[in-house]
Amino acid sequence: MKQENALEAVNVSCVFRINQGLLKGSKPLVAVNGVSLQIQKGKVVGLVGESGCGKSTLANILLGLQRPTSGDVLYSGKTATGFSNRHIARRIQPIFQDPYSSLNVTKTVKSIISLPLRIHKIGDAASWDSKVNEMLDLVGLPKRVAESYPSQLSGGQRQRVAIARALIMRPEVVICDEPTSALDVSVQSQILNLLQDLRLELGLTYLMISHNLAVVEHMADRVAVMYLGRIVEEAESAVLFKEPKHPYTRALLSSVLTPDPRLGVPDTQLGTIFPNPIDPPTGCSFHPRCASRIDICSQKMPAPHLEKQHMAECHLFSK
Amino acid sequence: MSEKKDVVLEVDNLRIDIPVSAGLLHPVRGISFDVSRGETLCIVGESGCGKSLTSLAIMGLLPKNADRQADRLNFLGKDIRDFDERQMAKLRGVKMGMIFQEPMTSLNPSYTIGNQLEEVYLRHMSSNRLEARERAIFLLDKVGISSAGSRLGQYPHQLSGGLRQRVMIAMALMCGPDLIIADEPTTALDVTIQAQILHLLAELQSDFDMAMVLITHDLGIVARVADKVQVMYAGRTVEEGNCEAVFDKPLHPYTSGLLRCIPVPGKTQPGEKLGTVPGVVPNLVGDLNGCMFRNRCEFATDECKELAETPTVLENGHAYTCRLKPDEMEPSTGGRL
Repeated sequence: MKQENALEAVNVSCVFRINQGLLKGSKPLVAVNGVSLQIQKGKVVGLVGESGCGKSTLANILLGLQRPTSGDVLYSGKTATGFSNRHIARRIQPIFQDPYSSLNVTKTVKSIISLPLRIHKIGDAASWDSKVNEMLDLVGLPKRVAESYPSQLSGGQRQRVAIARALIMRPEVVICDEPTSALDVSVQSQILNLLQDLRLELGLTYLMISHNLAVVEHMADRVAVMYLGRIVEEAESAVLFKEPKHPYTRALLSSVLTPDPRLGVPDTQLGTIFPNPIDPPTGCSFHPRCASRIDICSQKMPAPHLEKQHMAECHLFSK
Repeated sequence: MSEKKDVVLEVDNLRIDIPVSAGLLHPVRGISFDVSRGETLCIVGESGCGKSLTSLAIMGLLPKNADRQADRLNFLGKDIRDFDERQMAKLRGVKMGMIFQEPMTSLNPSYTIGNQLEEVYLRHMSSNRLEARERAIFLLDKVGISSAGSRLGQYPHQLSGGLRQRVMIAMALMCGPDLIIADEPTTALDVTIQAQILHLLAELQSDFDMAMVLITHDLGIVARVADKVQVMYAGRTVEEGNCEAVFDKPLHPYTSGLLRCIPVPGKTQPGEKLGTVPGVVPNLVGDLNGCMFRNRCEFATDECKELAETPTVLENGHAYTCRLKPDEMEPSTGGRL
């Protein structure tokens, strides 16, 4: 690797035990299954997949909020073992989906934004104030909102506050978990533009988690597609959107509804049943929903097939 | 003209006023439309534009303190403005089907889905449980739920979001409605499931020959499913027309602004700046004058403060409320898509 990785997951797995009932014991739920993902410094990596595919669990592992059952997370090439959460929090910060629930409603905006500084005991009260003003300016909020409460702000303003809070520690990596899906279209574009500007200005690295492929295509340099705990395809954004290999990626892409009145609603041919992650299908976990499955799909798990930095995990390509 | 098209719902100049501490709030200020059998009308706008209140007003589900007025509110040829609660309840279950955004909260978690589906039928059609059960199985099958018979005994929490929304759709169809009102039916769902549900709705609509009012904030959905489009802003229709006309040549600065906001794979360059509609939705309390979009509009002049909000109608029925002539908006802003 020529480029330095700001953040890297190496063969990370996360297994939860799910109780089945009083006398039935528990069953394992493999939320993340041997995922490796490199996030290069200064790049935007998109992570897409349906709900329940494990993308938020992976985000929590990268943030240090959830310990992986096996595997390792590397921060700038160094293993996370022995790092305290506080240490990780200085380098990696999250922006969550819902600005209505991710901000403490009883605190003023000033206090919300400066909380990381107070926890990490950086500077004094006077410097916190100036730092908060600086951040408000950076995310395009007027200074007067510093004394407001979240309930007095609109959705877009709240998300700007969440961004200011994430950036006040000057982290290297920001993990954006569905940053715009709770917002109106006109506000979404403002927030996406802001995230782009901040990235160039502060040299940030993003992991952009979204189920909106149009947003991911717009923002990301590289995209990973996740299905039932596995990354099933990964490639440069331009390549993935032009020549998707995995049938699941193709189905995802076809279900993006562009505002074109001449096209109808696409038929994704995915079937109605999302597999139960406690009881995953044999072989390739996507095969029950796959339109182009062949015999081997139900028997053997496909091996990752890498060609020109384009990874796909599908029997159609791993001959 | 209305008769030969078999109009199901006619709304003319619908207004809603709600008293709030600061004065009188006008969330809906004169909305007119009609939907016919087999036709899909999409009402699109951002949060707070009054689109959900419009649908609640049609169904008679407004909060008690809200005042609804309309010059006309005809459903299946009958004036429903003076219907009392009992008459409306009868209509809602039978002739109007409703699908809401959150299938999690609109199903009762403590009853099986069979119970909830059959209840609708038993209550409104003088019929027995066996027939209700048959109808439920028929419809679950229709909405693409396999092994429908055994599903009837399941509780909502045992189903995924997509399946729950299918159950909601089946429930709305139990009594064979003439009109379906769907308020953000796919917003809580994954993209793949969203496509499936929209596909299903369109199919059922033609199977059962229903009229549909679909309320959404997603212009992608509108473009793909609508026959007619109404763009709402601050309680008024700012632009309306058939789907292709509106998307090919948006005439109101708000519509074209919204279209520029969305990234489109293959059309927008990755990383380039997206268009924005700066500013916020105006306060709708008290007396309102002029074009309400003027404080966010790049074409606004002093004239807009006085402007009567009367629509300009072109010959293809495409109407918009703006002082600009159809060709005065720069080509770069209109019709990019």
